[in-house]
Amino acid sequence: MSMPQEHDYIGLSEPLPSEKSSDKTTAAAAASNVERNGVFSLKETELRLGLPGSEAPERKGGVGIGIGIGIGVSLFGKDESKCVKSGAKRGFSDAINGAGKWGLSINGGSEVDLGQKGGVNVSAVKREIPPLEERKNEAAAAANTAPASKAQVVGWPPIRSFRKNTLATNTPKKDDVGGNSGTGTSCLYVKVSMDGAPYLRKIDLKTYCSYTEISSALEKMFSCFTIGQCGQGLAAKENISESHLMDLLHGSEYVLTYEDKDGDWMLVGDVPWEMFTDSCRRLRIMKGSDAIGLGMADDVQKHNIFDRALIFVTLICAAPRTMQKCKSQN
Amino acid sequence: MDQDHKKLKESPFPCEGLEKVLSFIDSHKDRSSASLVCKDWYDAERWTRSKLFIGNCYSVSPEIVARRFPKIKSVRLKGKPRFSDFNLLPQDWGANVHAWLVMFAKVYPSLEELRLKRMTVSDESLDLLARSFPGFKALSLSSCDGFTDEGLKAIATHCRTLTELDIADSVTVDIGGGWLSCFPEGFASLEILNFASLQCEVSFDALERLVSRCRALRVLKVNESINLEQLQRLLVQVPHLTGLGTGSFMQELTPRQYEGVQSAFSNCKNLQVLSGLWDATSLYLPLVYGACASLTFLNLSEADLRSGELAKFLPHCTSLRRLWVIDTVGDKGLEAVGLSCPLLEELRVFPIDPYDLDNRQGVTEVGFLAVSRGCPNLNYVLYFCRKMTNDAVATIVQNCPDFTHFRLCIMNPGEPDHLTNEPMDEAFGAVSKTCTKLRRLSVSGLLTDMAFEYIGKFAKNLETLSVAFAGSSDRGMQCVLEGCPKLRKLEIRDCLFGNAALLSGLDKYETMRSLWMSACNLTIKGCRLLAKEMPRLNVEVIQDEWSDETHANKVYVYRSLAGPRQDAPPFVLTLGGEDI
Repeated sequence: MSMPQEHDYIGLSEPLPSEKSSDKTTAAAAASNVERNGVFSLKETELRLGLPGSEAPERKGGVGIGIGIGIGVSLFGKDESKCVKSGAKRGFSDAINGAGKWGLSINGGSEVDLGQKGGVNVSAVKREIPPLEERKNEAAAAANTAPASKAQVVGWPPIRSFRKNTLATNTPKKDDVGGNSGTGTSCLYVKVSMDGAPYLRKIDLKTYCSYTEISSALEKMFSCFTIGQCGQGLAAKENISESHLMDLLHGSEYVLTYEDKDGDWMLVGDVPWEMFTDSCRRLRIMKGSDAIGLGMADDVQKHNIFDRALIFVTLICAAPRTMQKCKSQN
Repeated sequence: MDQDHKKLKESPFPCEGLEKVLSFIDSHKDRSSASLVCKDWYDAERWTRSKLFIGNCYSVSPEIVARRFPKIKSVRLKGKPRFSDFNLLPQDWGANVHAWLVMFAKVYPSLEELRLKRMTVSDESLDLLARSFPGFKALSLSSCDGFTDEGLKAIATHCRTLTELDIADSVTVDIGGGWLSCFPEGFASLEILNFASLQCEVSFDALERLVSRCRALRVLKVNESINLEQLQRLLVQVPHLTGLGTGSFMQELTPRQYEGVQSAFSNCKNLQVLSGLWDATSLYLPLVYGACASLTFLNLSEADLRSGELAKFLPHCTSLRRLWVIDTVGDKGLEAVGLSCPLLEELRVFPIDPYDLDNRQGVTEVGFLAVSRGCPNLNYVLYFCRKMTNDAVATIVQNCPDFTHFRLCIMNPGEPDHLTNEPMDEAFGAVSKTCTKLRRLSVSGLLTDMAFEYIGKFAKNLETLSVAFAGSSDRGMQCVLEGCPKLRKLEIRDCLFGNAALLSGLDKYETMRSLWMSACNLTIKGCRLLAKEMPRLNVEVIQDEWSDETHANKVYVYRSLAGPRQDAPPFVLTLGGEDI
């Protein structure tokens, strides 16, 4: 996502890149669509689960899914705790396999095939959508331009780069910490943490194009580090036999989650990739038991997620335990 | 004639006496005054100065410094203009410390301290530093760039008497953490270690051993790679710390671990400064409560807390003087500050969402007002918000008239008073009028020339002024230049001030350290005129994609004894006023 080279201090003469505006305009369009239909009621904000193919009762029009997926779901809005919220609830593997199907359904019109592996119909509309629209119009009116999204001025507001690390931001072209961002590209750094691992990593979401890519990168990142930590790398690797891995696989379960713009924790893989990179602020590789708060439990039983856990999850399960084993062996 | 001359020389006040007296004077401003009394005093002063402060590395050359001061042990050197922090300066603009180090190595072999701000420091320079000064003690790199772990390795390996290594706010490329392991086994002199801003993973073993050896360690600020459990192990070694920067709080602790960490914190009875706290949430924040009784500075700018979390935290910090938070605490959180921190002198509120991508509310005038009511000793504020009113600011400065630093950043450029829709002129007028001790001011919001009239008329102690997206005519800038006698630094961006404004300060700029103007209405011709009239100023035009043959998009003007820079890159045009 490239930043507009905007220097007009009146403010808003260049629209944000298309992905972002399509995201917002879609939401706005969808929201106004809903409003026009006169159906913006609490019922619409209700989050429901359902098996694939089942139609959530009383859904109006076809706007539900596109909006829900596009924006993320927030049933209660923000609150003090950072606990994981009800979100779209599917196993990571399902999400990855089904991801391809989501690429198109943003037009708010048609029903979408949720993929054969199962999933959830989400027919919820984010309550905050109308305010977004209003705010956009306010800003536009104030700036006396066509309703464009907020343009970003280089070096404004005057915040040091290192402070931007609390939140993933689109850094403007020249904002490269070490000269690495290249020309014409920006970075989208997010923190990745793993329960039980002693550190955080930062990755640039812009360097990945799909969920599969990011999952294998994370796999390498976390497994290599933790395995390398015990003993002297290679020697340690030899200590980890396949049987160990298999033991650990069945021991526990990790899923990849992310914190979106609203501070809600969602399972990774439910939204189209571009939307994910737009709204993802932080990643967390979470223990499966904690992810039950995401409502996975029932689905897990139904769809046999354990069997379809990805390899990277396996290796990462191995990591903390392996460290302990290595330490005792050394 | 010769007899008289001799009498003059045998003054009743021998040089040695004068030197002894002057050796007690620390402040460089006082020393500067002393040196201007007469030649004797100038000489006595230069022989006794051991601490050197250079606010603009280009205002003077290493050669001039070497000639004047023979015995320097401590150097503080600042380089780039402040707006380089916000990426307004191209890389490779300059402020490279190397030439200075080469001179120091030759002339000041007993150099002990080097404190750099906004300078480029290469690995080669760090290596030179490490090898050239056998008694070297303290290195502080604030907002510096250009080095990697190789340079740090050199420092760790060769500086045997190092007491301070502080890499505050210097963010480099992702570097390795191997440097920490390079401190030799016998090395035990460290008192201050700060690598909080480095994105590297250090060997915890090496860190633990280092900490256990350095019994005099008083300040330890680790980076995010250190987790709570590791932090505990460090704390039990050095419970006497006065300054602590924690690592990441994002870790799951068993109940036993939780108790361990909590008890380690509770044993830190001398803590005055606490920072770090990455990803601290309500779950683990209470771990630090036991260490906060004597805390005077709490830096929560890496922990996006909500109002409730802050409200629970603050009552444990009864001695708090300085507080940095993120605006996720909201106005409600600031109300808690007003209630719990009566001794507060400094407040900084940083935005979590500076580009307004997520439409977050942040803080408003309500929070600021609440703090001002509860904290009458407030003298330093840095406040990022999206909404403010003139009335609120006027009330705030009535409550807290002792502001010396008032930095208000209303993040939307040109934003008016959100209740009356008027410009924010009256707000800054109130600040200028009421806060007679004001030394530093950053203005924002919709501002006409009126605001600058107020500033010029009332802010008689103002030294630093930062302006963005403001003013209605050249007169605005002129008011400030003519009205503020103590002005030293003026930085302006995205205003419509033009050549007339620039030239109205002809007599002023030599009394100032520097002037920065970017995205204003200056032309090369105007800058050349300034350069021609004032030959002892360096008038630099930095050319970028918005410059052309006439428009000078980034202009940096500063007084200098050293003449035009020898190391200016091709995109920096130093104007000499040759052809008008």
